[in-house]
Amino acid sequence: MTQFIYMFIFAVIYLLSIAVAAGFLTVVERRIAGRMQSRIGPNRVGPQGIVQWIADAVKALQKEDIIPTDAHSFLFKIAPYLVFMGVFLTLVPIPFGAYTLMENLDTGIFYVLAMASFVVIGVMMGGWASNNKWSLLGGMRSAAQMISYEVPAALAVFVVVVMAGTLNFQKIVFSQGASPVDWYVFRNPFAFIAFNIFFIAALAEGNRVPFDIPEAESELVSGYNTEYSGMRFLFFFLAEWGNLVVIGALVSTLFFGGWNFWFEYTLEFSVPGRYPIRFEVLGFLWFLFKVSIFVFIIIWIRWTLPRLRIDQLMDICWKYMVPIGLFASIGILLWMYFVPEKSLADTIMRYSMTSFGGLTILYFFYRVFQNLRVTKAKIYANPFV
Amino acid sequence: MFHSFGPILMQLVLAIGFAGAIVALTAIIGPKKINPVKMDSYECGVDPFADARGAFHVKFFLVAVLFILFDVEAIFVIPWAGSFLAFKKAGLGLFIYLEMAFFMAILLAGYYYILKKGALKWE
Repeated sequence: MTQFIYMFIFAVIYLLSIAVAAGFLTVVERRIAGRMQSRIGPNRVGPQGIVQWIADAVKALQKEDIIPTDAHSFLFKIAPYLVFMGVFLTLVPIPFGAYTLMENLDTGIFYVLAMASFVVIGVMMGGWASNNKWSLLGGMRSAAQMISYEVPAALAVFVVVVMAGTLNFQKIVFSQGASPVDWYVFRNPFAFIAFNIFFIAALAEGNRVPFDIPEAESELVSGYNTEYSGMRFLFFFLAEWGNLVVIGALVSTLFFGGWNFWFEYTLEFSVPGRYPIRFEVLGFLWFLFKVSIFVFIIIWIRWTLPRLRIDQLMDICWKYMVPIGLFASIGILLWMYFVPEKSLADTIMRYSMTSFGGLTILYFFYRVFQNLRVTKAKIYANPFV
Repeated sequence: MFHSFGPILMQLVLAIGFAGAIVALTAIIGPKKINPVKMDSYECGVDPFADARGAFHVKFFLVAVLFILFDVEAIFVIPWAGSFLAFKKAGLGLFIYLEMAFFMAILLAGYYYILKKGALKWE
């Protein structure tokens, strides 16, 4: 019984923190978007507008719940729940620390792939049930896009599973180390390809720009959620931003070492009693830092790139990403077969890839500062204006 | 086995309960002023004509079928990948590797076929 109560309390905390994170992210995204377009963004409600999302939620709560007469009432009603569920359940097996996780599932990766499909079903159901031409188009496009991009995502995950030899997220974290040299991205070229494929596919599955064809505001009047109002609309909205957290968490767990921040972590440390609490807190913060970097990159991409056309989108998936994914998965098998871990070739590859990655980031910053110097643009670094 | 899915069930019930409670709250707080125009589907301001659920392009169906093929492939391949290292340690690396190479070759042949057949053409 006590176990049941603990489980309940943990689940409540978990649900609320994801909801708060998703709500908070909507404000963060609008502030960042404002900055990228040389405007201020919402800054009126609370200090720097950080409680804007509560105001939005309260406003949506007071709105009328409209179900069009032509719509299929039952499917129309349950579609937002499915989307909501799909996002909230996906994070369950992802570890935020050695102990900070809901459930250490042995089939974690399968579970995540399966839960991601709930969103597709919800979106398509909503689009079909609305009985609106825009919604149906949006729903169909969305379903086609999401299921297509699940294929390269699964191939990229395959690469990680080959290297880790397990489907359990916690074990995947343990099998990577703390330093960048031990992260899966920099292990070998195939893993790096897999990371890129996974990130792009995750963007497409989350309906983010440049893959936001399902909701293309200017063409489909917001697509599958056109007929939704009030709180039901907000669920679709919340799911989209919750998805950012999911993408960030998945990418940093699978490819960037997860919460593991200290060099001497081994499986032994996961035995209770041997594990100092400050490590848990630091690991959690380190994980949040990684997730927020990826979330920022996703937002950055959204406000930089234009939208693709549907045929381009399908071509990218089926004609480029699937073959590249197959190539990477065959390549990783050869690599794992012929290059044993901690051999000379493995070590050289790790260090050279890590330094290549580091140098690329440094070069990027060099270019940014050079552009700033050449154009004599002023930089407003203070985010709190 | 079932034990480890308990928290997920809990999370599921809680997520639906949370969402349901909020929707119920809107039903209580929100206004209920029904008029026929408001309840129409949106169609750029004109009266909606015909039913939206007509025939749609067969490409969508084709993509769904292809997805099922490739997803089943993923379902087969990922558990295999999980045990690859263990088999390699047991000295059965080449055997299990060739098995999967055979499977992948069949898959690639199928992929080449659908590519040539034009199933992936969107215009």
